[in-house]
Amino acid sequence: MAVTFSTMSMLETRNIEIYYGKIMVVRGLSLSVEEGQIRAILGANGAGKSATLKTIMGYLDDQPDKGSIWFKGQRIDGMRTEKIVPLGIAFVPEGREVFPELTVRENLMMGAYIRRDKGVSDDLEKVFKYFPLLKDRLKQQAGTLSGGEQQMLAIARALMSRPSLLILDEPSLGLSPLLVSEIFNIIETINRDGATILLVEQNARKALSVADHAFIMESGRIVLEGPPEKLLENEDVQEFYLGMASETSVKGYQRYKRKKRWR
Amino acid sequence: MNLFFDLFVGGISIGACYALVALSMVIIYKTSEVPNFAQGEMAMIATFIAYTIMESYGAGFWVAAGLTLVFAFFLGVVLELSFLRPADNPGILGSIVITLGAEMILYGLAGWKWGANQNPFPIPFSEYSGFTLGPIRITEVNLWTIVASLTIMFLLFAFFRFTKMGTAMKAVQQNAFAAKAMGIPTRRILTFTWGLSSATGAVAGMLIAPIATLDPNMMLDPMLKGFAGGVLGGMTSLPGAALGAYLLGLIENFFGGYVSLEFKSVVAFAVIVLILCVRPSGLFVKHYEKKV
Repeated sequence: MAVTFSTMSMLETRNIEIYYGKIMVVRGLSLSVEEGQIRAILGANGAGKSATLKTIMGYLDDQPDKGSIWFKGQRIDGMRTEKIVPLGIAFVPEGREVFPELTVRENLMMGAYIRRDKGVSDDLEKVFKYFPLLKDRLKQQAGTLSGGEQQMLAIARALMSRPSLLILDEPSLGLSPLLVSEIFNIIETINRDGATILLVEQNARKALSVADHAFIMESGRIVLEGPPEKLLENEDVQEFYLGMASETSVKGYQRYKRKKRWR
Repeated sequence: MNLFFDLFVGGISIGACYALVALSMVIIYKTSEVPNFAQGEMAMIATFIAYTIMESYGAGFWVAAGLTLVFAFFLGVVLELSFLRPADNPGILGSIVITLGAEMILYGLAGWKWGANQNPFPIPFSEYSGFTLGPIRITEVNLWTIVASLTIMFLLFAFFRFTKMGTAMKAVQQNAFAAKAMGIPTRRILTFTWGLSSATGAVAGMLIAPIATLDPNMMLDPMLKGFAGGVLGGMTSLPGAALGAYLLGLIENFFGGYVSLEFKSVVAFAVIVLILCVRPSGLFVKHYEKKV
């Protein structure tokens, strides 16, 4: 089949298949992220969202098994993480993986590990504009921060590498609703300041409120994609991801029927 | 009272050697959670290299010591690349066996190359004359041992505290997954760790050789004591492990001097068992639990 790649997205996966051992967790996934946008991947646990992100970041040796991944026109599948990050991708892992016994400042400096230029201290100031409370905590060990502060630190640390694409894995995980709103506001501001964003979320309502485009994954495939307005109108999305009840079903087989239609 | 100070100086001096061994083990343990039991033999081989450079090529002590440090660094790098790197996620037990295997190989190599003879290790400091300060007498060897050990310790602390490379090494230890996401080349850092650790151990070897004698067995006892001292202080903290090793040297020496020479080594380990019952992660370590 002839495919034209004349308009290249910033990030593209083409038909990737990912195996965990012998289990196929992602089955022919093609998604693209356009420059300047916020794009979200939604889906239940085990849908293959995190596997996709880890594969994009080069964490899984010899994955993807099939398919290719492209960033700014360069093929990046099979590259090591330490080679991918300097291309301009930053990754905020699930569950705020800070360095607990390093200070906040050291954590941030590690975010700038790949940089050799002099602008690092200027960027520290920039990052404090998004997260002012980190400024007062510079000398504190990251392990003593609260969960929300650790998530902010994790995002701030990722920004220190001056990424053109920021990938976030469940930034709202385990945070109070108020903090979730705050984090998403900051993500929008970061995007407005020029960074492209790809995020994986369970909190569909929140993710759809900031995203320009979203993908819904199920069992390793994209079952639905489009702008949030379109997805919000979809009955299945309303029922399964936003928890809106449709008319009650007498026999209770409705869920089964709906899912069936997607496959 | 003179006996007290003699025992004190002796204890500090042997503790300084243990501390270097402990530090070299902690450097690797901190980054990769592998207790490296080949550490002693690595130091022993390096010391033999220093000996060969001096005896066969007639080089001065300082030249030989410098070359030996470089050699030790590459020995560590080569060992990591050839023994640990090929193992895919060996787990703690697997890694212990790998380092034990490396230990046996190095031990065998040293026996084959240099034989079981006890060689004198020449150093430019006297074992008998020294300095007196009031009631404290200290021999030149003891003084240099303490100075060298403190200098290396200070350099290591500064390295881990103030350099980007040192911070990156700590980062890899605390969270390798996140360290990778920062673009930190975790594998290369690990290899460098082995080099640094091996060089630190080589200093310990060159300090221990003149007190004991130079033979393939020379590091067996210091390695175990250094490791034990490190565990006593806490294997996750450089200063903790060093302090633990100093403490062990002191306890051992005082017990040997005042109570019983035969039970010198026994009591040191008895104390460790006791302390670990009370503080399992070591005397001088605080730990942060990861928040979920």
